[in-house]
Amino acid sequence: MKTVHNSLAVLAGVVLLIGGAAAQKLQMNGAGATFPYPIYSKWFSEYNKQHPDVQINYQPIGSGGGVQQVSKQTVFFGASDMPMNAEQLQAAPGKILHLPTVLGAVVPVYNIPNVTTELKFSGPLLADIFLGKITKWNDAGIAKLNPGVTLPASDITVVHRADGSGTTYIWVDYLAKVSPEWKTKVGVNASVNWPTGVGGRGNEGVASTVKQTPGALGYVELIYALQTKQPYGSVQNMAGEFSKASVESVTAAAAAAAKQMPPDFRVSITNAPGNGVYPISSFTWILLYENAKDKAQARAMVDFMKWALTDGQKFAPDLGYAPLPADVIKLEMAALAKVKTS
Amino acid sequence: MRRKELGFQMGTGVLGLVLVAIVFAIGAVLAKQSMLSIEKFGLSFWRTEVWDPVSGEFGALPFIWGTLYSSILALLISTPIALGIAVFISELCPARLRQPLVFLTELLAAIPSIVYGLWGIFVLVPAVRALEISLPDALRQLPFFSGPPLGLGMLSAALILAIMVIPFSSSVAREVLKSVPAAQREAAYALGATRFEAIRAALFFARTGIIGAIMLGFGRALGETMAVTMVIGNNPRVSLSLFAPQYTMAAVLANEFTEAADDLYLAALTEIGLVLFIITLIVNSLSRLLIWSMSRTATQVPEPVEPAVDAA
Repeated sequence: MKTVHNSLAVLAGVVLLIGGAAAQKLQMNGAGATFPYPIYSKWFSEYNKQHPDVQINYQPIGSGGGVQQVSKQTVFFGASDMPMNAEQLQAAPGKILHLPTVLGAVVPVYNIPNVTTELKFSGPLLADIFLGKITKWNDAGIAKLNPGVTLPASDITVVHRADGSGTTYIWVDYLAKVSPEWKTKVGVNASVNWPTGVGGRGNEGVASTVKQTPGALGYVELIYALQTKQPYGSVQNMAGEFSKASVESVTAAAAAAAKQMPPDFRVSITNAPGNGVYPISSFTWILLYENAKDKAQARAMVDFMKWALTDGQKFAPDLGYAPLPADVIKLEMAALAKVKTS
Repeated sequence: MRRKELGFQMGTGVLGLVLVAIVFAIGAVLAKQSMLSIEKFGLSFWRTEVWDPVSGEFGALPFIWGTLYSSILALLISTPIALGIAVFISELCPARLRQPLVFLTELLAAIPSIVYGLWGIFVLVPAVRALEISLPDALRQLPFFSGPPLGLGMLSAALILAIMVIPFSSSVAREVLKSVPAAQREAAYALGATRFEAIRAALFFARTGIIGAIMLGFGRALGETMAVTMVIGNNPRVSLSLFAPQYTMAAVLANEFTEAADDLYLAALTEIGLVLFIITLIVNSLSRLLIWSMSRTATQVPEPVEPAVDAA
């Protein structure tokens, strides 16, 4: 009987503790892009260790969902791999800030039996392949960029994402910049009307399809190619160099863009100018109201963002993201100062 | 006591109505959310082949085609196998093997569809590709086998659907066969029927239930999402070819809903959901109708025999 009594007392104590902690804790909800989810969840848990009173919940429901939820104010902040367009910003009930957090890259992965040399691609070449205009691996255009490589006369199987994705957005945004035909015929969105190819679901779907299909060419996030040790090609940048995606070449693309950064940070950095730049790179953004209703949350969010832009950046390379260049961080700190916290 | 009866009747009646209300609510919500797309495209939504989120052109035809084609193919493959399993387990199988076999078929039904999908990507698709490559050139000229041998495509989707549908159809068919009165079989044997003929008679007796079992599988195939999207190739084109990558309604919903940001796009996706809902409704109604008409003729035929039985 006594033990029952004791355990009841303990239970009551635990309940009180949890209740008391919940009362003090500040909870914030966010939702959006899946691409930065690994680093965001790392950040939120690290930040929670240092600031136990702040807890941030994040649902990786996709960029489109993130934009929708933040516009309807069902979450405090959103996250997206593509900037909101003017129409969407107009429809939102308040001014929304775009804050870049980290950078990512998308790489062309391929599977050609008996070819071990790393292949080189150019933007127009990739566009022509994805348009279905170049259909054989031994095409003169590919051979010209890859002298000395014996390419087979087999068909190219184009593999793209079937699900709507920020990765697709970055890829086709680049293709539209380097190929006028892509721009008018297909265009840019999280999912498009693909002229050719098969669709795999998710990065893993594309990666496994490429891996199994001789003659396949697809695109995945850099981190995915690194983790699965899949060969990926270099891509010719605006300076004419063949650049391979890496933390350095992606940050270089952002640094090149920082020189002419628009004040709202809504900028595409695909096909960025400059030396050492990897051309298929992109920011990913957190979406935040400049004048949010809940000032306590706004204060906590600004504090968190300041931490993420400074101390938080060191977690990026291990997770396959490129950290932001110093110039961009400086601009963002100024933008954060404008968020109304009282 | 009477009042209690009445209360019970009313209570279950209300619960029954809840079910009807849910069906109507789903239809109404889907229709309301897809209004933008219904107004813009009207009936042409059902027969347009373009699906272009960039320019805002949407048509459901490739998805309707892919859904029906893959489900019908799956049914063609699964029905003989499911019936064979059901007949073996209920009529021919040694008693010692029966329970393990029942357990195994039910285990197949319990595997999550994402697991089927992964198995599809890593095992089935390469096997299908090898099969496609080995097909003689003469056959490749047929419209059913045109296009490059990718592995991913309609054939893989139909096969994986068939495997997923078999446990459902065979379980129900087995139960139906079990409910065939022993007198039926005994009568057949008494007339000198062989085992095959007796089983055929039992199958004929149970035909409405067996049609029901097949339709249950069809319903499941129509709505199956994850495993199909992982192997079908996800390309919205209408094609007869079993090798061609195609798309289904459930798959496009699962794939594109999360990243659909603009209103028309979302409305068009919701309308796909509405179309799937309507098609499922039609298929289910048709199968009900079929079963109903068959059971009516089934009760009509023996009628002349009955007086004779009474007289005896």
